[in-house]
Amino acid sequence: MADSFNFELVSPEKLLLSASVTEVVIPGMEGEMTVMAHHAPTMTTIKPGVVTVVMADGRSERYVVFGGFADIVPDGCTLLAESAVAVADIDRDDLARRLQDAREDFNDATTDSGKQKAQQYLDQLTTLNGAILPA
Amino acid sequence: MPSLKDLKNRIASVKATQKITKAMQMVAAAKLRRAQEAAEAARPYSQRMAAVMSNIAQAVGSGDDAPRLMTGTGKDDVHLLVVCTAERGLCGGFNSQIARFAREHIRRLLADGKTVKILCVGKKGFDILRRDYASLIIERVDFREVKRMSFVQAETVAEKVMTLFEAGGFDVCTLFYSEFKSVISQVPTAQQLIPATAGSADADRSASAVYDYEPGAEEILEDLLPRSIKVQIFRALLENVAGEMGAKMSAMDNATRNAGEMIDKLSMSYNRQRQAQITKELIEIISGAEAL
Repeated sequence: MADSFNFELVSPEKLLLSASVTEVVIPGMEGEMTVMAHHAPTMTTIKPGVVTVVMADGRSERYVVFGGFADIVPDGCTLLAESAVAVADIDRDDLARRLQDAREDFNDATTDSGKQKAQQYLDQLTTLNGAILPA
Repeated sequence: MPSLKDLKNRIASVKATQKITKAMQMVAAAKLRRAQEAAEAARPYSQRMAAVMSNIAQAVGSGDDAPRLMTGTGKDDVHLLVVCTAERGLCGGFNSQIARFAREHIRRLLADGKTVKILCVGKKGFDILRRDYASLIIERVDFREVKRMSFVQAETVAEKVMTLFEAGGFDVCTLFYSEFKSVISQVPTAQQLIPATAGSADADRSASAVYDYEPGAEEILEDLLPRSIKVQIFRALLENVAGEMGAKMSAMDNATRNAGEMIDKLSMSYNRQRQAQITKELIEIISGAEAL
C-alpha cells in the first residue's frame, strides 16, 4: 500500500477536510496532477475542476473547487480553494450563475489580455459543467 | 414631587425597557457564538495564505518585475482608508472607537500633506466620519441586508479597492477594523493592504524547501495577491462582526443592570410615598375624631 500523507482542503470560510490520504488528484493550471507522498515541493494555481481524494482507508471523496492554489511539500499538501464543495452537494444554480458571470465578464472585457483570461475561465467552467453534469 | 401614578408608570416603562435590553443581550450572545465560530473557521485559510505568501515573496524578491500590488506605485501621496464598522448601533463604544482611531490617522495624514480618500464599509462609520470628512469619502458599502458575512461580501469590497488601484486612484491602502480580543475588549487596528507586506513567518521552512512553481512564481504571485487582499478583508469583516456582538452584549448587559437599579430606586420612592399618604390619611382621621 502506498504511503499516506496529510492533505488539507481549506476554503476561506472553513477547513473542509484534513485527513491522511494516499493520493490526491488536483486540477492544476497546467494540467491535472496526481499528488502522492514524497512529492517534490511544488506550488501551483488550480483551475475550476474536481479534486479527487483517496483516503488512507481506501475511500475516495470528490470535491468541486473554483480556482485557488495548492502548496505541495513531501509530507503534506494544502489546497487553498477560493470556494469548494463536495460533489454531492453541488448547487447547480450556483454553477449556472458563475457561468453567466463568466460570460458577462468575457463580453465586458476591453483589453486583449482581459478577454483572453475571461475566455479561459469561461472554457474551464464550461468543461467543469460538462464533466460533472452527467454524474 | 411626582405623583404615585406617575411613579407607577415610570416603573412600568423602565421594566419594559429592561425586557428589551435583556432580549437584545441574549440575541447578541447567540450571534456572538456564531460569529466567533465563523472567525475561527476562517483562521486556517488566512494563516496558510500568509505562510504561502511569505514563501513566494521571498522567491520572487522585490525586483522590478514584481507585481504592482506588492511593490506599490513607488509613491506615498494618496492614501485610501478602508474603514470597516458595524451596520447597527447600540453596541457601546464599538463604532466610535474605530471611527476615532481612523480620524486620528486621517488627521495625521492630512497634516503631512497627503491626500486622503475614504471607503466606508458599514453604515455607522459613514455616519460618524461624514460629519468631519464628508468630502473625503469616495464610496460606501452597506451590508445591512446581509444576514451572514461570507466571502462574497469581502470580494465586493476587495474588487472595488483593486479597481481603484489599477485606475491609479491611490498609492497606499490601509484597512481599519476592530480586532476581536475578547467579549469585553476590541482593539481598533490598522493594517496595510497595498503595497502588500509579506510576513516573515515560517522563515526556516521556506529556506529549506526549494519549490517548483507551476506556471511560474510571478504568475502565481500575481494570482495570489488579489486573493490575499480578499482574505484580509474577509478576516477584518469577521472580526468586526464578532467584536460588534461582543460589544453589544456587554453594552446591553450594562443597560439591563442599570434598568434594574433604576427600578429599585423608583419602587423605593413609590413605597415611601404611598406610606406617607397612608400616614397622612390616618392623621386626618384621628385628629378629626379627637376634635369631636
